[in-house]
Amino acid sequence: MSLFLLRRALLTLPVLFFVSVIVFALINLIPGDPARIMMGEEASPEALAVLREQMGLNRPVYVRYVIWLGRVVRGDLGKSVRDGRSVLETLLLKLPVTVELSLVALLVAWAIAIPAGVLAAWRRRTLWDYTATTVALAGVSIPNFWLGIMLIYLFAVNLRLLPPSGYVEPWIDLARNLKLMVMPAVVLGTALAALVMRLLRSSMIEVLGTDYVRTAQAKGVPDRGVLFRHAMKNAMIPVVTIMGLQLGGLLGGAVITETIFAVPGLGRLAVESILTRDYPMVQGVVLFSAFAVVTVNLAVDVVYAFLDPRIRWEERAA
Amino acid sequence: MMRPRAATAAATGTIDRTPAQRRTVRRDGLRYLLDRYARNPMALAGLGVILLIVIAAVAAPVLAPYNPITPDFDDLLHPPSRAHPMGTDDLGRDVLSRVIFGSRTSLLAGIISVGIAVAVGLPLGLLSGYYRGRLDDVLMRLTDAMLSFPFLVLALALAALLGAGLDKAMIAIGIVFTPSFVRLSRAQALSEREQNYVEAAKALGAGDGRIVWRHILPNIVSPMLVQASLATAAAITAEAALSFLGLGTQPPTPSWGSMLNIAQAYLGTAPWLAIWPGLAIFVTVLAMNLLGDGLREALDPRLR
Repeated sequence: MSLFLLRRALLTLPVLFFVSVIVFALINLIPGDPARIMMGEEASPEALAVLREQMGLNRPVYVRYVIWLGRVVRGDLGKSVRDGRSVLETLLLKLPVTVELSLVALLVAWAIAIPAGVLAAWRRRTLWDYTATTVALAGVSIPNFWLGIMLIYLFAVNLRLLPPSGYVEPWIDLARNLKLMVMPAVVLGTALAALVMRLLRSSMIEVLGTDYVRTAQAKGVPDRGVLFRHAMKNAMIPVVTIMGLQLGGLLGGAVITETIFAVPGLGRLAVESILTRDYPMVQGVVLFSAFAVVTVNLAVDVVYAFLDPRIRWEERAA
Repeated sequence: MMRPRAATAAATGTIDRTPAQRRTVRRDGLRYLLDRYARNPMALAGLGVILLIVIAAVAAPVLAPYNPITPDFDDLLHPPSRAHPMGTDDLGRDVLSRVIFGSRTSLLAGIISVGIAVAVGLPLGLLSGYYRGRLDDVLMRLTDAMLSFPFLVLALALAALLGAGLDKAMIAIGIVFTPSFVRLSRAQALSEREQNYVEAAKALGAGDGRIVWRHILPNIVSPMLVQASLATAAAITAEAALSFLGLGTQPPTPSWGSMLNIAQAYLGTAPWLAIWPGLAIFVTVLAMNLLGDGLREALDPRLR
């Protein structure tokens, strides 16, 4: 087991290495002078020289990479060009907001997708199935920024049921926090719900056709038992395995959702720092989000190895 | 993705057929696919809608009642009327005309970005899967790394660094989509190279180039087609998202995403600005997804 853990963890090192190279390249290999791009056309030559020195731009690119990586590993992501604050501190400040939004969205998504997916598979090729799959396809196809705007129009502008946008910390005013979270969470959760529903439906169909399910049915296990005690466990495997992908989708979706609903999380930070050319901050957000996805994927794999001994054995045999 | 390969491999080349026979079999395989596709009403509807949008894009100057770019300051934010069925925008331009012309931007973005992704991803994936070795190891870790970035975050960062504009947005989206095409073509090449017919071709003295081009590539076409159509749907959304955030298509070029960006400011007074471009994106992406799903189901009926 510990051997498996070690091997799996070691496998992420090359991935993290390439992640760091890509993030470094994003800023350093773009055509033109990064210092000028950051400071704009009107910057004085002296200021440019200072920034170049600060960024180490007069050294060869691989030396700069090694220096940069050394800092990143020690948790030093640099300082914002805009307000001079530490990038890491800003990230950690914004993180809880995005985590809250993502968790609520995940909850919304799973609450819709799991019953719908099970029902669609169980009542395959009935009106239930067609309705669920059609709605899911619409959910995959609807652009989240349009869905957000339409929800604001309907529930905030027209019906005046919900506040259009903004954010309040839950410990200051929980009721208002939740009210403000409803629309962003629905928008963020929609695509995910559709994805999970489609995946669960097809894996459930596969599981329902297996011998052990037929055995359970033959033994007289009631439908609910067959579905939720026997079939569900295996049908959920692919759904949980793509947790890493789901997280990536949530973080990407947060960019749009947080911008529309003025939620001060990582997504909005990404857009703001891109639009204001705050490149250290852009680098920080991009690196941080990829790191989060890699970590979650590792965690999912490790949890699996604990739960399912076959994965460990396959790994050993390979 | 393993199943479509098995299905096509069975329907296409096997070792003991002459080249002429193999061609007929292959064509039958494609006809078989189209046949199944035609029996799926949802997929046909998707194809129909796509054709309509293509016609709208090509014939935009004829179909659009007004010039989509020239402002008309006497007719600002006019609600839908007989003269302007979708109303006018903040510069007095006819929304219907802008929606029609916007289809050009969206289709172009979808086709070019996926084209870039296929043009780069397919050869890399084939090489990686066919030769394996060091190249494969490096490429796979690199694609792993690229796939770790949230798709929109990476596209946004790339588009911002390349600069605003539709051309740069398409390059950014193309780059972000490339790894998934590398992955798919690699997986296909990896399994095809172990097939008996490849061994037979080798025994007959076929070189690597010929094997990849004549034997492996044709077997990859169908799954690639599915992936490409679904990726086109995603690319259209991505371009609209970038334009919505102000990074893709720049004004005054009509683009559904940037129209929505402007619409946000007038939600209370001119909601029609937000409804039509968004609906256009939704319908286009939905149709593209129906097309892709239809192709996938035609390849593997078990999925239905």
